[in-house]
Amino acid sequence: MSAEALPTAPFVLADHLPVLPIIVPLIGAAIAALMPRGWLAWAVATVSSVLVAILSVLLLLQVQETGTISYALGGWEPPLGIEYRVDTLNAFVLMIVGAIGAVIMLYALESVPQDVRPRQQPFFYAIYLLCLCGLLGMAVTGDAFNIFVFMEISSLATYVLIAMGRDKRALLAAYQYLIMGTIGATFYVLGIGLLYTVTGTLNLADIAGRIAEAYQVYPRAIIAALAFVIVGISLKLALFPLHVWLPNAYTFAPPFATVFLAATATKVAVYILLRMYFDVFGPAVSVEALPVTQAIMILALIAMFAASFLAFYENRVERMLAYSSVAQVGYIMLGMALANESGLTGGIVHLFNHAISKAALFLAIGAVVFRLGHTRMEELAGVGRRMPITMAAFVVGGLSIIGVPGTAGFVSKWNLAMGAIENGTPFLVFLIMASSIIAVLYVGRFIEVAYFRAPTGDCETARDPGLTMLLPTLLMAAAVIYFGFETTYSADLARDAARALIGGSQG
Amino acid sequence: MINAAPEMLMLAALVIPLVAAVGIPLFHSVPAMREGVTIGAALALFLVVISLAPAVLAGARPELFDLEIVEGVSIGFKVEPLGMLFALVAGSLWIVNSVYSIGYMRGNNEPRQTTFYLCFAIAIFATIALAFSKNLLTLFLFYELLTISTYPLVTHKANADAREGGRTYMLLLLGTSMGLLLPAILITYGLAGTLTFQAGGILPDTAEPWTLSILLALFIFGIGKAAVMPFHFWLPSAMVAPTPVSALLHAVAVVKAGVFTVLKVIVYIFGLETLTTSQINEPLIYFVAFCLIAASVVALTKDNLKARLAYSTVSQLAYIVLAALLATSVSVVGGGLHIAMHAAGKITLFFCAGAIYTALHKTEISDLDGIGRLMPVTMTAFLIGSLSIIGLPPFGGTWSKWFIGMGALDAGYVFVVAVLMISSILNVVYLLPIVARAFFRPLPGVADGEPVAIKEAPLACVVPLSLTAGACLVLFFTAEPIAELIEAALPVAGGGETPSGAAGAAGEQPTAATGGGS
Repeated sequence: MSAEALPTAPFVLADHLPVLPIIVPLIGAAIAALMPRGWLAWAVATVSSVLVAILSVLLLLQVQETGTISYALGGWEPPLGIEYRVDTLNAFVLMIVGAIGAVIMLYALESVPQDVRPRQQPFFYAIYLLCLCGLLGMAVTGDAFNIFVFMEISSLATYVLIAMGRDKRALLAAYQYLIMGTIGATFYVLGIGLLYTVTGTLNLADIAGRIAEAYQVYPRAIIAALAFVIVGISLKLALFPLHVWLPNAYTFAPPFATVFLAATATKVAVYILLRMYFDVFGPAVSVEALPVTQAIMILALIAMFAASFLAFYENRVERMLAYSSVAQVGYIMLGMALANESGLTGGIVHLFNHAISKAALFLAIGAVVFRLGHTRMEELAGVGRRMPITMAAFVVGGLSIIGVPGTAGFVSKWNLAMGAIENGTPFLVFLIMASSIIAVLYVGRFIEVAYFRAPTGDCETARDPGLTMLLPTLLMAAAVIYFGFETTYSADLARDAARALIGGSQG
Repeated sequence: MINAAPEMLMLAALVIPLVAAVGIPLFHSVPAMREGVTIGAALALFLVVISLAPAVLAGARPELFDLEIVEGVSIGFKVEPLGMLFALVAGSLWIVNSVYSIGYMRGNNEPRQTTFYLCFAIAIFATIALAFSKNLLTLFLFYELLTISTYPLVTHKANADAREGGRTYMLLLLGTSMGLLLPAILITYGLAGTLTFQAGGILPDTAEPWTLSILLALFIFGIGKAAVMPFHFWLPSAMVAPTPVSALLHAVAVVKAGVFTVLKVIVYIFGLETLTTSQINEPLIYFVAFCLIAASVVALTKDNLKARLAYSTVSQLAYIVLAALLATSVSVVGGGLHIAMHAAGKITLFFCAGAIYTALHKTEISDLDGIGRLMPVTMTAFLIGSLSIIGLPPFGGTWSKWFIGMGALDAGYVFVVAVLMISSILNVVYLLPIVARAFFRPLPGVADGEPVAIKEAPLACVVPLSLTAGACLVLFFTAEPIAELIEAALPVAGGGETPSGAAGAAGEQPTAATGGGS
C-alpha cells in the first residue's frame, strides 16, 4: 500500500481510514484470543500491528495532504454521533504508537515466552492488541466521553499486561496502578461530566465552540472541570508527584510490555492533556483564573530534577530508566507550560524522540533480562563486554536521554531551550541543561559498571541475544541517530502541530 | 599533491578516517593489517589536507552538505583558513602518532588494541569535521563526538584509576559543554538568528554590552576543552590514558579543538571589532593571564612527568585563549600559530615521556637521573621540545609568543607582555631541570665515566619523536605561510587601522627572521 495507491483502493476503505487503526487491533484481539498456540497468536498480533503502523502512516500522509479529517462513526453526524477527528498532532501520536507497536513485535517472539506460560500466550497477545486499540482510540477520537472509554480499555489491558510479569511483585505493581489509574480516570470523567452539564455536548470541537459562552455563566464549574481533567490526566501521564505507580509498573511488567508502555502509554496521555488544555479549554479559561501553565512548569522542573536524582540513586536498571521516564515527562510538560511555538514543538517532538530512545533502552535491558534474569546493577558488572551489541544500543539510547547532539534527544532539547529563550526566561535553559547533566550521571553510572568491572557470576557467560531481539533493538538505536539528523518527520511535524495548538487556543 | 576539486578533497578528508574506523575492526584478528589500515588512512588524510591547503590559501572556501536539523540551523561543512590550519596540524601529526602508537602499544603489550585504534580513528574524524564546521551547531556536534569517542581511550586501562579519571573527564567536558556552551550557542542564535561563522562576526550591534559579556564568559568557560581554570581538571585526569592518547589527543586534537573553538567564536561569532570597541574582553584577559601563570606554578610542583606536561599544556592553552581575547589581528595570528607550534613541541615531549615509560618504565621526574646516557636521542628531542615551548629561537614557539606579545602591545595591554615573560621563565624552570637531570646527574648504580649501553625505546617510538622534534625546528623557518593562512581568516578591509598595519607586521616578521636564520 502506498499513498499513490489510495485513490484506486476501494472507495470504502480509503474513506474509513481514521477508524481502521482501531478496528484492526480490536478484531485482531478477538482472533488472537481464539488461537490454540502462542506463536499463532503472535502472528495475528504481528500482522495487526504492522497493519496498524501502515494505516497510521497513511493517515498521517493524508492529513498532511488534505488537512484535518473528520470522520463520523457509524454515519452519525457530529456533534450527536461520535466524531473521529485527525489533525497533525494526533496523526503524529498515532504514528508513534503504531510504529513502536510494529517494531517491537519481532522482539516479542523470544521475549514473551520467557514470562508468559504457553497457554496464556494467546490471551497475552489479545490483551496487548486491546491495549494498542485503546491507546490508538484515545488518540484518534474527537469525543470527550469516547476518550474515557478508550482510556479504560487501554488501562484495563495495561493492568493485565503488568500483572503478567514473572516476579510476584508484578501483581502488587498492577494493583497499585489499578488504584491510581482508576482515580485518574474518575477525575477525568468527573471533569467531562461538569463540562457536559454546562455546555450540553461531548464533542471536543463543539465544547470548544461553546465553552467561552458557558464560562460567562458558570465560571466555577468550568474551572473545576479543568482542574479535574488536568489532575486526572496528569496521573495517567505520571507527572511528578503523581508518578508513584510508574516505577514499579515498568520494573515488574514483562520486558516486552515495559517497552510498549514506556514508549507509548504516557505519550498518549500527554496528547490528551495538550488537546484538552489548548483546544478545548484554551479559548475560555485565562491563566489568571487558574494558573495551569505555571503550576505545570513548577512540577515539570521538579520532575526534571527530583526524578533524575531518584534515577541516579536507583539500583535496578529498569527502575532507573523508569525514573528517567518521569524526568523526561517533565521535559515534555515543560514544553507545554512554555506554551510558545518552539517550546511546544520541543515538547511534542520529545513525545516521539523519548519514545524511540526509551524503547531502545528498555529493549536493550530486556535483552539483558532475557539472558541473565536480573538487573541489579552490581550483578551486571562487565555485561558491556559480554553483550557488546546490546550495550551499544543502550549507550546510544542513553546519549539521547542526555541530549547529546547527533541524537534525537538533542533536537527536543534544542527546541525546548529555544522555547525558554522565546519565553524571556533564559535561566530555564540552564535548568534544562543542568538536568541533562544529572542524566550523564545516571547513564554514566551504569556504563561504568557495565564496562569497567570484570564480569562476575553469570555475566561471564552472557552473550548477545538472537537476531529477533537484536534487530528491533538496533533498529530503535539507529532511529535515535537518524532522527538526530533528519527531522522532516519529527520536528517539522511537531512544529506544524504546535502551530495548530497555539492557533487553536488563541482563536 | 592530489589535483582535485576542493570539495572532493574536503569530502575525502572527512571520509578517510571513517573508512579507517570501518576497516580497523574488520582486521581485528590480523594486527599487521589493522595497523596498516591506520597508517594508510593517516597517510591518505595527510596527502588530502596538504593538497587542500593551497586552494584555501588562494581563497577557495569549499562547502559540503546542508542538513537542517532544527529550524534555521543545519549541519554543514565549509573550509576556512583557521579550520584548514587545524586540519593540517591534526592530519600531519596523526601519521607520526600512529607509528608511535604501534611501537608503544606493542612495546607495552596493551590489551584491546582494536578498540584503541577504532576510537582513535573516530576521534580524528571528529577533529577534522570540527575543523571544517560551517556553523556553531555543527562544531558543537563534533565537539561532543570528540569527547565521547575519546572517553574509551582515556579509560583504556579499565582499572579504578582509569574509571576515576574517565569520570572527571566526561563530567567536566560534558558538563561545561552542555551547561554553559550549549546555552551560549542558544543565546547566540536567539540574538543573531543564525549560527553560521562569518568574517566580522554575526552578533548584532544592538545587543547590550552586558549580554555580550555574559555570553563571552559562557563561551570561554563553556569550552571546557580549552582548559581555562577552574575547568582544567579533566586534563590532568585524562593522563591515565596510554601515552599516545595523551600525546595526540591531549596535546593536540582535544585541547586544540578547545582553543580552536575559542578562536572561531571570537573571530567569526563576536568579530574582533565588537570585542575591542566594547571592551567586554577586559576582565577575562586579566583572568586568563592569571590562569596562565597559575598553571605554570602548579606544573612546577608536579613530580609525575605526564602531570607536569599536562599543567604545562593548561598554561600554554591559556596563551591561545589570551591571544583570542586580545582580539587584534596580530594576536589572533599568534594564537593560530601557537596551535601549530605548541602541538609540535608538546607532542614531542609526550612522545618522550612515553618512550621513557616503554624503555625504562619510569614515570616520575625524580627517577630520571642520568637517563640521558641511556636514551640520548629521546632526551635530546625532549630538550628541543622544551626549548620550543619556552619560545627560544630557532624553534617554532618563538614566533607564536612574539606575535601574541605584539598583539598585546597593539591592544594596549602592556602587562600581558610581562606575563608572557614571567611564564617563559617558569617554563624554563619546570622543563629544563628534567633535561639537566637526565644528562648531568649520574645514573644510579653506575659510576661516572663507566660506559653504559644505550637503551632506547623501540624504533617505532624513537623515529616519530625525532620527526616532531625536527618539526619544531622546521616550523621556525616556515612560520610565514602559516601566518598568511591565518591572516586570510581575518577581515582585510576592516574600517579600523589595526588590520592593515598588523597584517603588514605579521607578514614581514617571519620573512626577516628567515633571512637572518639561514
